Amino acid sequence: MRMVSFTLNGKPAVALVGLVESLRDVLREQLHVHSVKAGCGQGGCGSCTVLMDGEPIVSCLLSAALAEGREITTVDGIGTPTSLHPLQQAFYDNFAAQCGFCTAGMITVAKALLDHNPHPTRAEILEALSGNLCRCTGYLPIIRAIEDAAARMDGGR
Amino acid sequence: MKQLGIVGQSVRRRDGIGHVTGQTQFVDDVTYPNMLWLRMVRSPAARGLIRRIDTSRAEAYPGVATVVTWKDVPNNWYTILCLIGVEPNDEPVLAQEEVMWQGEPIAAVVAETETIAREAAALVRVDIEPLPAVRDVFEALAPGAPIIKKWGTNTFMYEGMPMRRVRFGDVDKAFAEADHIIEGSYQVTPYEHAPLETQACVVKPEPDGRLTIHSNTQALYFTMDNTAIILKVPSHRLHMIGGTVGGGFGGKVDVVTEPVTAIAAMKTGRPVKWRWTRAEEFQASSTSGGWRMEYTDGVKNDGRIIARKVRALHDAGAYHRHSPYGVTKHSANLQGPYYIPNVWVDAYCVYTNRQPASALRGFGVTPASFAAEVQMDRIANTVGLDPWAIRFINAYRNGQTKAIRKKVEDATLIETLQAAAKLVNHPLPEKFLAMHSNDWKEA
Repeated sequence: MRMVSFTLNGKPAVALVGLVESLRDVLREQLHVHSVKAGCGQGGCGSCTVLMDGEPIVSCLLSAALAEGREITTVDGIGTPTSLHPLQQAFYDNFAAQCGFCTAGMITVAKALLDHNPHPTRAEILEALSGNLCRCTGYLPIIRAIEDAAARMDGGR
Repeated sequence: MKQLGIVGQSVRRRDGIGHVTGQTQFVDDVTYPNMLWLRMVRSPAARGLIRRIDTSRAEAYPGVATVVTWKDVPNNWYTILCLIGVEPNDEPVLAQEEVMWQGEPIAAVVAETETIAREAAALVRVDIEPLPAVRDVFEALAPGAPIIKKWGTNTFMYEGMPMRRVRFGDVDKAFAEADHIIEGSYQVTPYEHAPLETQACVVKPEPDGRLTIHSNTQALYFTMDNTAIILKVPSHRLHMIGGTVGGGFGGKVDVVTEPVTAIAAMKTGRPVKWRWTRAEEFQASSTSGGWRMEYTDGVKNDGRIIARKVRALHDAGAYHRHSPYGVTKHSANLQGPYYIPNVWVDAYCVYTNRQPASALRGFGVTPASFAAEVQMDRIANTVGLDPWAIRFINAYRNGQTKAIRKKVEDATLIETLQAAAKLVNHPLPEKFLAMHSNDWKEA
């Protein structure tokens, strides 16, 4: 076990973690960040995606110890019910969530995409979403929502 | 035509804000202080007799609270569709004297952490004397096949018969009058729903004797009734909390987590969580059923189908679950949206030693539609008509009687075909454009 410190959605966080404990499990079970979903535990579904120093990673495959000193952002750090990020608003308006289980991961990946590339082509959106599964097969509204958000933000954040 | 207010509009979901902010609470997000974790010991064998279940080493493992076996289940034998009269109860909540499929639940280890539960589960010893397994529907019906069900056949019994039958008109007479006899064999493999959220359940025993049950079932009241029957408690003692399902698609209508989790909570007096791994979801949750369908159609030179004879075999896996009902739906729908005056169906719900099949998005009907529509194209090719024509010629009309003796009153095939042709700019002959679903009159 070792103590790990990192920044979680802008605030300091500390956790006591085992050698092979994943960042996902630490976020969910210790820090009660339940927006990070446990879908497969194999990096295959993208439901547990978080941003580490702005880059999307599947937190089920990252040893929590490697988060030391890093900046971790979950969907909770992107926007809240009373202050939706334009991406969240666009997902809401475009019916881009059905069961909702993949949604936080989708928005997190989309956030990283628009941060790097404010006006992505559809091909670039597809590429960015390629690691995230939606079993309700709601991909088209998800893609439209990201396009809508990019238009609303018009290059801003 | 009624004006539609919703179709074509983007409607905001009631739970949408929760979804986009990650604040919607799914079952695995529920946690209680002092909560225990459950891990299932599953059968490594496809079929065999249980000679011994030894839980002593697991019970002695530090951190283990209890191990639940069939002896702890008040009503161990059940079938979920008992609520609509399906019988007999053919499935144990936890395996008792035999195992019927690889992955069948046998013993639930309940411990302070999920890791301890997993480690202790490996210490449960189950002695199984293997029996020959049946792995395929043809094998199950072959002469001399091992009989795996207690009532003496490998099929569900419909009113005393080993198949669901439909008899309408005189198929043999119509075959003699037909210009073409057109055969087709179709098969559909089983497949997994693979919802992103695996099966999960949390049960908290309350001081007043009630149980708070957090469930991701698609059928909350169905689950409540079955759980009450299995636990032998009145349903008002079960406080069911559900409605948030992280993908179901028919894969979360079986009552496979709530009873065992509830028993674990009752036995220990503590909250218990059971969540399935992705591997369990693939290996132990129900799948859709496999189908083998053999069609023989009698067709006239002008394209009219005058007779259809079908033998369909559904692979239900080891237990009923929703399969007997699925086979009935299949039998009712394999005519497609077409009028066929002579129909003969034998549809079998066949048991094999594979993981149980159950509901999946229109189960029973989708395989029937697949076979029936591919068969339509085969008929069109054989008689030299185009695939549009064959469907207009055979389209059912309001007022006609289907093979299951139901009068058609909601036919829309003709109008749908006309609209579809328009959308893809496919020219239709005037005679098909003049047709409509109400143009049939009884002779």
